[in-house]
Amino acid sequence: MYTQALNTSEGDDRHIEDATRAAQFQARIDADERIEPNDWMPAAYRKTLTRQISQHAHSEIVGMLPEGNWIARAPSLRRKAALLAKVQDECGHGLYLYAAAETLGSSREELVDAMLAGKAKYSSIFNYPTLTWADIGTIGWLVDGAAIMNQIPLCRCSYGPYARAMIRVCKEESFHQRQGFEIMLTLCRGTDEQKAMAQDALNRWWWPVLMMFGPPDQVSQHSDTSTKWKIKRFSNDELRQKFVDATVPQAQFLGLTIPDPGMKQNANGNWEYSAIDWDEFKQVLAGNGPCNRDRLAARRKAHEDGAWVREAAMAYAEKRRQRSALQAAE
Amino acid sequence: MAAINIQVSETPLVLYTLRRADDALILGHRLSEWCGHAPMLEEDMALANMGLDLLGQARELYSYAAKVEGRGNDEDKFAYLRDVRQYRNLLLLEQPNGDFARTMVRQFFYAAFADLYWRAMMRSTDATLAAIAAKSEKESAYHVRHCSEWIVRLGDGTEESHRRTQGAVDELWAFTGEMFEVDDSERGLIDGGIAIDPATLRPQWLKTVSDIVREATLVLPDNNWMQQGGRSGRHSEHLGHLLSELQSMQRTFPGATW
Repeated sequence: MYTQALNTSEGDDRHIEDATRAAQFQARIDADERIEPNDWMPAAYRKTLTRQISQHAHSEIVGMLPEGNWIARAPSLRRKAALLAKVQDECGHGLYLYAAAETLGSSREELVDAMLAGKAKYSSIFNYPTLTWADIGTIGWLVDGAAIMNQIPLCRCSYGPYARAMIRVCKEESFHQRQGFEIMLTLCRGTDEQKAMAQDALNRWWWPVLMMFGPPDQVSQHSDTSTKWKIKRFSNDELRQKFVDATVPQAQFLGLTIPDPGMKQNANGNWEYSAIDWDEFKQVLAGNGPCNRDRLAARRKAHEDGAWVREAAMAYAEKRRQRSALQAAE
Repeated sequence: MAAINIQVSETPLVLYTLRRADDALILGHRLSEWCGHAPMLEEDMALANMGLDLLGQARELYSYAAKVEGRGNDEDKFAYLRDVRQYRNLLLLEQPNGDFARTMVRQFFYAAFADLYWRAMMRSTDATLAAIAAKSEKESAYHVRHCSEWIVRLGDGTEESHRRTQGAVDELWAFTGEMFEVDDSERGLIDGGIAIDPATLRPQWLKTVSDIVREATLVLPDNNWMQQGGRSGRHSEHLGHLLSELQSMQRTFPGATW
């Protein structure tokens, strides 16, 4: 869901195996053809996509935790059911993204192991805590809103399975985004305490959400290859600006103040925002966000606690196989 | 405005409906506690699915109870503004999740009952309850199937999974009797054709459970002492903690709309 911020450059380790095939491959991309799992592709394309799709999958799964934190405490039965369904959707996104990554030749187990070992990244936004109910509204409104900005272009990504997964994911994400906005609207039309809760959540999430789009273009290490391969279609700053321009009127409608006193609209109608604290972003990426340790620990615990269940399922399947083999032999 | 407990006038039909609503809410809540922590993603999906089914049932039942009671209560007041002693769910359903085996055994014991129960309730002379039963029966049928498969896999899986699942069966068995209990309040509804007598379902339930347990190479305990009290608000210590979490927002911000 939130991969833009995580792309890292393939850079020099590209090994284009065969100039003719590579040229044919690029020609297909240039002609806006979709690359499918059995098609030839450069190893670096495979590697870049495996990393991006699996990071995206990890983000969906880790992303279940901050929102899952409020399922038990959701303030009404309607909200409780909607939140549980939403977090379940995210799990579903994770599942089909792992499936998309598997079409590139890595197993889900390998990919998950890399995440649990701290070797694979997930979106940094989930390393922030959900402290109040308003955080659930804000995540839907802004985090899912930013995710949609990132993902809509991915629906046209050159790799078929990823593009198709994104179409489905985007539909559900836009539903989540509206749901989040509606939570915020209810808070902003509620008591003073509720409105303050909404403003506080916006204050805490605004800057981390802007960071979701990744480093500014002038320092971004994003490879040109991702653009050339039509995995990435817009720059980080382009998407960030689009997001800000879409969000400011929504905040105004809610009666909330974006925590950026320096923000102003320029002659083109774009909202210019103040400098982002990229040191914070780097710290969170490096593992020093408020919840990095908790998130990883929770995923590891689920994995370890579930090991005996997975083993039992395998053992039972094996027993069944042996029994039916025995029956067939009789 | 205040976050004090609501008063409920528990006429037989209101009480009956609240009992089933509380069953669905409490078990749905327990299942939702797994979200993000299940042994595999497929189970995260399945547990959430079952939880959502149950939350949906709870909401319909609470709304119906509110309508029958006619005193301005609603689904959220019933869920969020009653204390432990006012909750009417089965003790089985408030038992903590424990490990995956315990969650599955709890779900299996209940779903095997609920499936039969709601199927029979489709013949209720109360049209709303019959409609809720028709929907709930379809959902329960899936829950039974899903849990049965897991009970067999876990029972007949590894030594560890067998041990854990047998342990869960032993621990939870004493809570199964309550599902078949009927008090005077409910007896009148049964006589009137509004409710069905759950005791009549016990042989079929026992057969379903025994068959699966046998296939899973597990055994049912021979101890037949059964706990009860949930239907009249005498709960285990676990429910209070569940409610303190479930109700925290409504108790902290009295009267707010969310």
